Amino acid sequence: MAILKSLSRAKIFWPIVALAVLMCFNLFFTPNFFRVEIKEGHLYGNVIDIIKNASPIMLLAVGLTLVIATKGIDISVGSIVAISAGVVAMLIGGDLQGVPKYPIPYAMGAAVLVSVLAGMWNGMLVSRIGMQPIIATLILSVAGRGIAMVTTNAMIVWLYAKPFALLGQGYFLGLPFSIYIVAALVLLTALVTRRTALGLFIEAVGINPTAARFAGINAKNILFGVYAFSGLCAGISGLVVCSTVMSADGNNAGLGYELSAILAVVLGGTSLNGGKFYLLGSLVGALIVQTLTTTIYAFGVPPEIAKVVIAMVVLVVSLLQSFKFRAMVAGFFGKREFSV
Amino acid sequence: MKPKISLNSRNLPTLVTLGLFVLMFGVGSISFSGFLAPQNFLNLFIDNSYLLILGVGMTFVIISGGIDLSVGSMLAFSTMLSSSLLEKSHWNPMLVIPVVLLSGVALGLLMGYIIQIFELPPFIITLAGLYLARGLCYVISIDTIGITNQFWQDAAHAQVVLIGGAFISPSVVIALVVVMAGMFVSRSTKFGRTVYAIGGNEQSAILMGLPVARTKILIYVFSGFCSALAGIVFTFYTLSGYALNGANMEMDAIATVVIGGTLLTGGVGSVLGTVFGVMVYGTIQVLIVFQGTLNSWWTRIAIGFLVFLFCLMQRLFESRKGARGRKRVPPASAAAAS
Repeated sequence: MAILKSLSRAKIFWPIVALAVLMCFNLFFTPNFFRVEIKEGHLYGNVIDIIKNASPIMLLAVGLTLVIATKGIDISVGSIVAISAGVVAMLIGGDLQGVPKYPIPYAMGAAVLVSVLAGMWNGMLVSRIGMQPIIATLILSVAGRGIAMVTTNAMIVWLYAKPFALLGQGYFLGLPFSIYIVAALVLLTALVTRRTALGLFIEAVGINPTAARFAGINAKNILFGVYAFSGLCAGISGLVVCSTVMSADGNNAGLGYELSAILAVVLGGTSLNGGKFYLLGSLVGALIVQTLTTTIYAFGVPPEIAKVVIAMVVLVVSLLQSFKFRAMVAGFFGKREFSV
Repeated sequence: MKPKISLNSRNLPTLVTLGLFVLMFGVGSISFSGFLAPQNFLNLFIDNSYLLILGVGMTFVIISGGIDLSVGSMLAFSTMLSSSLLEKSHWNPMLVIPVVLLSGVALGLLMGYIIQIFELPPFIITLAGLYLARGLCYVISIDTIGITNQFWQDAAHAQVVLIGGAFISPSVVIALVVVMAGMFVSRSTKFGRTVYAIGGNEQSAILMGLPVARTKILIYVFSGFCSALAGIVFTFYTLSGYALNGANMEMDAIATVVIGGTLLTGGVGSVLGTVFGVMVYGTIQVLIVFQGTLNSWWTRIAIGFLVFLFCLMQRLFESRKGARGRKRVPPASAAAAS
């Protein structure tokens, strides 16, 4: 009992319970949901697909987790995904023989660099000029899609350079390659934030920037850094998105991803009020969003209607985070305490 | 009574927007023949009447310190609902319009209620509203529904001829009525002044005994109403309903409000400013069409840049005010920058 109690106190407990409930639901109602086959030395199956399809959102969620921990928000990540995809596609070029215009690593490096610059722009607006995060990133979310379209000359660029497909479609040791990218990014981020004081600094800025500054933390640089990092994550996500479909569509690449990623972070237990962050929770959150979408598809519901379900999930999760709502529920059940 | 015009931080942004509009229109008139025609000026209103209506609703939301991300989706839902009721259920147009408007009011009421009662951030709740309305569009239909209804056809093709042969569409008349109503409500009613008070400082507004809860809910109801009305006007313009209508339009609406000089921190702004904001937005589009070689996506980049400039300007005003010790402490960013 005591173990269960301490378990349920862990912030990651509830997201995992939610994911497990979803999985159980699928176990009974979706035939062959858990079947995993080995074809051509790779693992195939719904579960593998979910992880694979969730990886662009997971990558975004890592960056957003840190941004939200500082009580900020970054709604430009979807546009940065489109910019990154556009840049890498233009540099590799749509050669039918698959001969890249520039070496693929350089093209990828350039795309990520541009994304980091975009993130730094956001960071500058928030930390140096002092704009509200939602407004500062709104600018790039409006202009970014225009930039992506201008980069690709408003055309959909198709890629035929085989090696680039590894990122989004390839497999390594039987698992989708994109999973390793996510794992590497999360590990690095967790190491840097949790094994050094950086994570604590980020949380301190989220709780009270003024107090953090008096405590000797350079709040401006922390803020600048998290937005630049969010740009980096969006850039990598853009590469994966572009490689998965082997094309760059400035209009649709990453459309609405910012919302899914924010939802993933919030589902993972990181509050929009800042101050605490849970990297693993965000990953579980992204998996929940993806599992939910896959489940809805499996039922033959048109994918677009999935949005209604996601809207309901957002609503329920926000209600659960609302102090007043909890108090009301607690009052309803006649308990003095109500702890989640 | 004529208000005294003085150059202060409250009306300077509006004047800057007006100046920007005159400048851009002037540059266009000098560079391109045929730009400076009365009809070209009126087209700004004809082509952006729905944005004008969205902008008025959004102005109230932003002045109160909130945000409404659902307007673009709500507009799409309104186009879908009206076209499907007209074409599939063959309802009378006089019944369709109130039903569609009520649907907007209902969504606004729902969102406003949740935001107010459960003290949740407007950003998240209207985000859920965005998803919900967009999803409901697809529940109605995935395909485009063309409108052949006679009333709608008449509304789309009717022209209100002004002096000199230039004309406006009935949509513009509707938009201007909404703008007038918005200006009146924001300046001369208890509701309007309470909106400013909430945006200035919600806590003080409560302590002053103002009906904060009711007003905050009503703001979102009004914004929902405006987006539904904008949807109807949009169908007058396109004569069809399509679930992808108005994608990202919430960003355009917010951008025009900001360009119009409304402070995103709340408390300061005007409906008239938003009108100028929409005119600047429209002029950028027309300039790019006249220029011919730039692709239309430059509009978005230009709008983004303008939003940047105006936010920068607002920050300068705010920090000056902050120096006088009036400003309340905004979230993380601003305090860190000071």
